[in-house]
Amino acid sequence: MESLYLLIPLSVGLVLLILGVFGWALHRGQFDDLEREGERILQADSVRLDNGQGQQQPPPEESPEQVNVRD
Amino acid sequence: MAQSAAMAAPAESVYSDQAIRLFSLAAVVWGVVGMLVGVIIAAQLTWPELNFGIPYISYGRLRPLHTNAVIFAFGGCTLFATSYHVVQRTCQTRLFAPKLALFTFIGWQVVILAAAISLPLGYTQGKEYAELEWPIDLLIAVVWVSYAIVFFGTVGTRKIRHIYVANWFFGAFIIAVAVLHIVNGAAIPAGMWKSYSAYSGVQDAMIQWWYGHNAVGFLLTAGFLGIMYYYIPKQAERPVYSYRLSIVHFWALIFTYMWAGPHHLHYTALPDWAQSIGMIFSLVLLAPSWGGMINGIMTLSGAWHKLRDDPILKFLIVSLSFYGMSTFEGPMMSIKTVNALSHYTDWTIGHVHSGALGWVGMISMGALYHVIPRMYGKTAMHSTKAIETHFWLATLGIVLYIAAMWIAGVMQGLMWRAVNPDGTLVYTFVESVKATFPYYVVRLLGGVLYFSGMLIMAWNVVMTVRSGKVVLAPIPLAAAAHA
Repeated sequence: MESLYLLIPLSVGLVLLILGVFGWALHRGQFDDLEREGERILQADSVRLDNGQGQQQPPPEESPEQVNVRD
Repeated sequence: MAQSAAMAAPAESVYSDQAIRLFSLAAVVWGVVGMLVGVIIAAQLTWPELNFGIPYISYGRLRPLHTNAVIFAFGGCTLFATSYHVVQRTCQTRLFAPKLALFTFIGWQVVILAAAISLPLGYTQGKEYAELEWPIDLLIAVVWVSYAIVFFGTVGTRKIRHIYVANWFFGAFIIAVAVLHIVNGAAIPAGMWKSYSAYSGVQDAMIQWWYGHNAVGFLLTAGFLGIMYYYIPKQAERPVYSYRLSIVHFWALIFTYMWAGPHHLHYTALPDWAQSIGMIFSLVLLAPSWGGMINGIMTLSGAWHKLRDDPILKFLIVSLSFYGMSTFEGPMMSIKTVNALSHYTDWTIGHVHSGALGWVGMISMGALYHVIPRMYGKTAMHSTKAIETHFWLATLGIVLYIAAMWIAGVMQGLMWRAVNPDGTLVYTFVESVKATFPYYVVRLLGGVLYFSGMLIMAWNVVMTVRSGKVVLAPIPLAAAAHA
């Protein structure tokens, strides 16, 4: 079953990658305020909510997140 | 931010929706074509004379054309359109590299046309759902990498820190399909339109069904779950029942799906332990699948009346009930003893179509009905009544289709395994074929109903687009930065 020598390492590698991405998401605060995130998409002009979010992570609103998105 | 937005004035402050418009209209066109071919081959199975002795339109060549057209053309275009829509709206930014997004549209249509020409001519790698020959496979890879750049580039330049759950599903689908396509597509070319798989025998079978099952898991499940988690809340105007559960749903699903492929190879040369692992992981998959289904349906909790008045919501919610049905049926069929009865019978075809017509088809139609008017400056389709009619035609068609295939499949399984006391078979194969005839007629009727619903949709879309006009949708955050 040589194909398993390819598929199992590949799948294990993917699981490790998924774990890594999960860790990234966890530590970047992706899951901090979940219920509010569910409602955000319903705000037609989600400006108010987004401003609120900007204040949590002060002045340079986008730069830290943008640089590190694919960590 | 304000500075850059002001410099590139209008373009930067509106969403880039051109690719969405093109993909969603293409999805409707390919839906009509793919389902028409489905109806034709259902008729050919009922009355083989309809092959007319012409090789180009014989069942064996049209069948892969049907599966490729509905999965990759109809389903694929729907996924492109909705993911480009969702990622922009939830990230409050325009597409990263909009020109590349237009390239993905052109590239994907070329792939579809190449499939529509090469499959009837008989060019095939003979791998189910991966029939296309190597030059087309290469083009798919290029388009897919471009798609990944556009999608992840957009997520990377998002203005909202949180990545909405639908984008996680779309992202996983894009990455997984890339990996699957590249590994399973590995082949040695032997001329322009002929190649040999890099694997052989049972190795090839294992790779193929690792691919085949995960194509179902990531393209037809994860991708469309991304659609579900955005369009159901939007159409119902309520947040998803439990956003927390949606996150659990995502991680649980992608951790377990990758391992279920061997259930396609029960009682074959594949080692027994590998078959058992495939079966166990398939059973485990029931949990996240049903968690997600309940989460989606319960979004309407306390507002069930919306289901009565809104046919788009009917499409979206009923698609989830078919998702629940087929994700229950799938694990059951992966149990070896059940599989001994169901494998190679029409039960499998019924199972696939409860997922394809019920889940993928209906969630796609619901999402397209939501997105197409909005892409043409309207809030609703030309005719809501026509959507309602489409919904009932589709539902009735699916019920006829699935019920016919269930009965036919169980009957075939029982006939094939029936043994006389002296050990000889009770029935010849052709007797089971003869006994299946009435169910093939019912299946054809179901398919015709489903297809006629799609024709109504096409008419409705034409009327909507004709009376609508393209408007540039402003990005709320960018507008705020201007002010």
